[in-house]
Amino acid sequence: MLKVTIDGIETQVEPGTTILQAARKIATEQPEHSHLVPPAMCYYSPLEGSGGKCRTCIVKVTQGSERDPRPMPKPVASCQTQVMDGMVVENTTNPDLLAARKGVVELLLINHPLDCPVCDQAGECHLQDLAFAHGASETRYEEERRTFERIDIGPYIQLHMTRCILCYRCVYTANQFTDERVHGVLFRGDRAEIGTYIEKAIKNDFSGNVIDVCPVGALTDKTFRFRSRVWFTRPFDAHRKCDKCCGKTVLWMAGDDVLRVTARKDVFDEVEEFICNECRFDHKVKEDWTIEGPRSIHRHSVISANKYKAKAKTVV
Amino acid sequence: MQKLTNRSKVVSQKDMSFLEKAYVPAILSGMGITLKHFFKKKSTVAYPEQERSFSPVYRGRHVLKRDDKGAERCTACGLCAVACPAEAITMTAAERQKGEESLYREEKYAAVYEINMLRCIFCGLCEEACPKEAIFLTPNITPAYYDRQDFVYGKDMLVEGIAPEDRVDVSKRQFWRDNLESTQKNP
Ligand code: SF4
Ligand code: SF4
Ligand code: SF4
Ligand code: FES
Repeated sequence: MLKVTIDGIETQVEPGTTILQAARKIATEQPEHSHLVPPAMCYYSPLEGSGGKCRTCIVKVTQGSERDPRPMPKPVASCQTQVMDGMVVENTTNPDLLAARKGVVELLLINHPLDCPVCDQAGECHLQDLAFAHGASETRYEEERRTFERIDIGPYIQLHMTRCILCYRCVYTANQFTDERVHGVLFRGDRAEIGTYIEKAIKNDFSGNVIDVCPVGALTDKTFRFRSRVWFTRPFDAHRKCDKCCGKTVLWMAGDDVLRVTARKDVFDEVEEFICNECRFDHKVKEDWTIEGPRSIHRHSVISANKYKAKAKTVV
Repeated sequence: MQKLTNRSKVVSQKDMSFLEKAYVPAILSGMGITLKHFFKKKSTVAYPEQERSFSPVYRGRHVLKRDDKGAERCTACGLCAVACPAEAITMTAAERQKGEESLYREEKYAAVYEINMLRCIFCGLCEEACPKEAIFLTPNITPAYYDRQDFVYGKDMLVEGIAPEDRVDVSKRQFWRDNLESTQKNP
């Protein structure tokens, strides 16, 4: 076991663990320290090879290891850097690092249209949370932002390329969970964009999962488009018998209507088990599901707004 | 017996004197007080003929603004509804179709937008939350109705008219808000 100290909190991890995973281990074991977990926009633990693209997870390593205590010269991407014995890491305690992360957020936002009032992801968007926690409140960018027409990827998925941060999560999902990938990243550098093979529909049983893994509103559920804002819908854990996937989902309901079906996500907002398109798109009636109960939502999330746990008293 | 508090009073029930029993002096002094008020300055006004001037930041019934070209500013983002402490606002969004660009400013708009004026406490938080400068509180008063349903204002009651004379002037509130921001920035 290797000893690692993150923001003054010590933990023991297996060799080969990354700093980000070590921080998440601390947060899981001691939830009161969960603020020290670096934000991750591109790393996604169920996806092999993800991470290393966005640089929001940077941390400062002030002591490389027990044997070589020199600090690392530059901030490192915590999702890619493995822990050494005796490593000392600073995240929220280092003001220089927070300033550097602010710069990363600004870079991620330079081409972003800032159209949260229209975007269906608002309220559960990682970029929103990241910008709120680490970003500047005003933009300094004066140049033209790149724009795209929105693209239908099949009947169910909508691509707003303007909002994409090129995290590659959807590409890895399509690669690893569907058998015939027809979309990927075209071009390079600031021209890079998500493209499909001539807007070919992604026809695959698991293609809908790219909606869940997309950290921003670039890939959204077309069947939910503009139906409601996420904080007006009530999430319920539900399951059904499905021979393609686990069948465990979250139903986003308004009254008795099922507006949207998504996979369940853990505390780090990563999908627990991927679900198939049939569960996601074809069963939008309450009767098809066994409802387990209301999903617990963190009280700092806007989704918890105007939702009450106590039973309402009947008035006469 | 020990008193529980030092604020208790001993009340006496002594017999009334002859003058007190006659009641007439007490009635006269009471009428005198009433009479005095006839000659005092009135503290009420004869509404609706006469109206009091409102504070420039008075918060009355809402207006949904249009932009300079006459397109509705509201994009049904739901921030006013989530900010509203009285949960008075509900809305349903719809997608703007081709050719409706002059009606709605953004690609999404509020097809239904309702404020329940019986729930509203006129706090103005909806106005503060709005990212599109779409909703404002005006110095106009919500009238009284006989029917509860009449207090649920839809878009027909809330959206201002396109014609210049039908526009609702909110410049005073806007001015106040802008200056509030500047006073907060450099106190
Ligand atoms: S579409 Fe979404 S998941 Fe795919 S690269 Fe862009 S931001 Fe990432
Ligand atoms: S003024 Fe306050 S109570 Fe009334 S609708 Fe707006 S936010 Fe709600
Ligand atoms: S009035 Fe403003 S805050 Fe309310 S839905 Fe419309 S744009 Fe959003
Ligand atoms: S999460 Fe580590 S670089 Fe994106």
